[in-house]
Amino acid sequence: MSNSNEQPLLSVRNLRIEFPTRRGDLVAVDDISFDIAPGEILGVVGESGAGKSLTGAAIIGLLEPPGRIAQGEILLEGRRIDNLPYEEIRAIRGRQIGAIFQDPLTSLNPLYSVSRQLIETIRTHLPLNERQARDRALELLEEVGIPGASERIDHYPHQFSGGMRQRVVIALALCAEPRLIIADEPTTALDVSIQAQIISLLKRLCHEHGTAVMLVTHDMGVIAEAADRVAVMYSGRIAEIGPVQEVVRAAKHPYTHGLMGSIPHIGHHVDQLTQIQGSMPRLQEIPPGCAFNPRCENVTDRCRVERPNLQAAAHSEVACHLFDAPRDNSQMEARAGE
Amino acid sequence: MIAFLIRRLLQAIAVMAVVALCAFFMFQFVGDPVNQMVGEDATNEDREYLREQLGLNDPIPVQFANFAIKAAQGDFGVSYQHKRKVSILILERMPATLELAVTAAIIAALLGVPAGVYTGLRRFGFTSKLIMTLSLVGISLPTFLIGILLIYLFAVILGWLPSFGRGEVVKLGTWETNYLSVSGLKSIILPAVTLGLFQMTFIMRLIRSEMLEVLRADFIKFARARGLPNRLVHYGHALKNTLVPVITIIGLQLGSLIAFAIITETVFQWPGMGQLFLQAVQVVDIPIMAAYLILIAFFFVVINLIVDMLYYVVDPRLRVDLPSGGGHG
Repeated sequence: MSNSNEQPLLSVRNLRIEFPTRRGDLVAVDDISFDIAPGEILGVVGESGAGKSLTGAAIIGLLEPPGRIAQGEILLEGRRIDNLPYEEIRAIRGRQIGAIFQDPLTSLNPLYSVSRQLIETIRTHLPLNERQARDRALELLEEVGIPGASERIDHYPHQFSGGMRQRVVIALALCAEPRLIIADEPTTALDVSIQAQIISLLKRLCHEHGTAVMLVTHDMGVIAEAADRVAVMYSGRIAEIGPVQEVVRAAKHPYTHGLMGSIPHIGHHVDQLTQIQGSMPRLQEIPPGCAFNPRCENVTDRCRVERPNLQAAAHSEVACHLFDAPRDNSQMEARAGE
Repeated sequence: MIAFLIRRLLQAIAVMAVVALCAFFMFQFVGDPVNQMVGEDATNEDREYLREQLGLNDPIPVQFANFAIKAAQGDFGVSYQHKRKVSILILERMPATLELAVTAAIIAALLGVPAGVYTGLRRFGFTSKLIMTLSLVGISLPTFLIGILLIYLFAVILGWLPSFGRGEVVKLGTWETNYLSVSGLKSIILPAVTLGLFQMTFIMRLIRSEMLEVLRADFIKFARARGLPNRLVHYGHALKNTLVPVITIIGLQLGSLIAFAIITETVFQWPGMGQLFLQAVQVVDIPIMAAYLILIAFFFVVINLIVDMLYYVVDPRLRVDLPSGGGHG
């Protein structure tokens, strides 16, 4: 498929994440596969509980017990990283894969100054002395656009606004120039006016540094703004994955279609936004067949028994029986008779 | 910070005034001091003269003012029983109690903090469960029973440590210390362990539950995501964030160590303030009781003040006068 000089930076293969409970294992992420190319921004969208954050946590080895990787593998530049001993995956975290979390208010240790948190991260990964690390910390703060960085470097997190704190968090993620950043809802906790700034900052920095990003969010607007490709997750599976233009403009999976219909557009007057009826099933109540079938307008009998797999459709891949080989096109008409 | 200090000092003075009032009323309500001071054959004139001398005929507010002013200068009058100045009696006994309490607190902190961190980090490990189970013993057994058990084991059966008294003490000026002689050090071990055991288990359980709480915090997850080694995450980021409640408790506990050393002092015949107080209660020696009450309150107030100032050291969010963006200097 891909030759050696097109090797993906990150490759997730058949990943399955389970939570053992007294009533058997709950499958939170079920057999998902995707690649991220060097420098690419992959958006991952879905409702809460779709498994997008868990996937991000699994990649950096921070899945919280009892959650565990039950199957599949995660490859970073061709090297398997999901089964490494703790100290080896720790050395990868921050150094090769950075992370940004949702809430900048709680991501920073309130008792340590910003400089201390930056310097300890830099010195963990790079062979610099205190002085050099401090210089680098200052450069990073300037790069993420903290005004008056040289005066503010020794301030504590509570002395920064939410947007400024998220910039500090981004600086912390970039400390050791990682090749990939997992950004888990990086703008959700911020004011709407700040969100766009942070997204464009993230986009610019990653472009300049050649850093790839896995951008986890439930905000389609953020995806449309920043991502190169997008994966839509539903109930622990990928419903659709493809170039952002195609997924946004020509959504194939009925779920994606519903998601796009729920975004308001400026200039297009609509009386009512479309909404998807019902809600995503809980983990222990995922129906057989396609997980989306109880909410799907195009549901067929086959959807209730047979689980669709990802398959190519135009430039995207989609997991829906509607896009099976051409012989199945008749089903679109057939379901009308129900 | 300065405004805060002044506010706290005013509060401390108010607390001390209320305590002094309580101590003062002991004199008013617990018997007539004159009866206890004079012999049975004293005449009414003698009694009246003594009354006048002691100022007992003055209006009560005047009496209280006199009492408070003298107390503030460390003068609590003369003990009925010992016929000596109370301040001197207490000063003689204070080093024994303070050394006992401080040693107990150090033992409690040195063992309690690491045990708390350990059980917090490995909550499902066998050793952790063992420590937690044993700590229940420390929490639930009464002090006197632990003291007697320790004496039985280490003094009677093994014969390693003395069972009572301070041993040889070394005089540093007026302060008699246990720390500078072998026999003194050996003597302080059993009472200090007895006194500190409860505090130790308490500190351990407190740190454990605080650690469990803090380890769930986002900034710990983010510290791990930055690839920081466990040592930095656990002993730097996590432990430091448990400190505010822990300092509060250790501070308050130090106060109670001093105040409630009475039982331990009795079990080990430790010649401290607690023993002095117990004897005073038996013979209704009110000046000593009043002085002890005021002194203990004073310790609590001072320790609380220190704890409040430590918050500022630990938590930068409280330092409001730190310049923010160069705005106010």
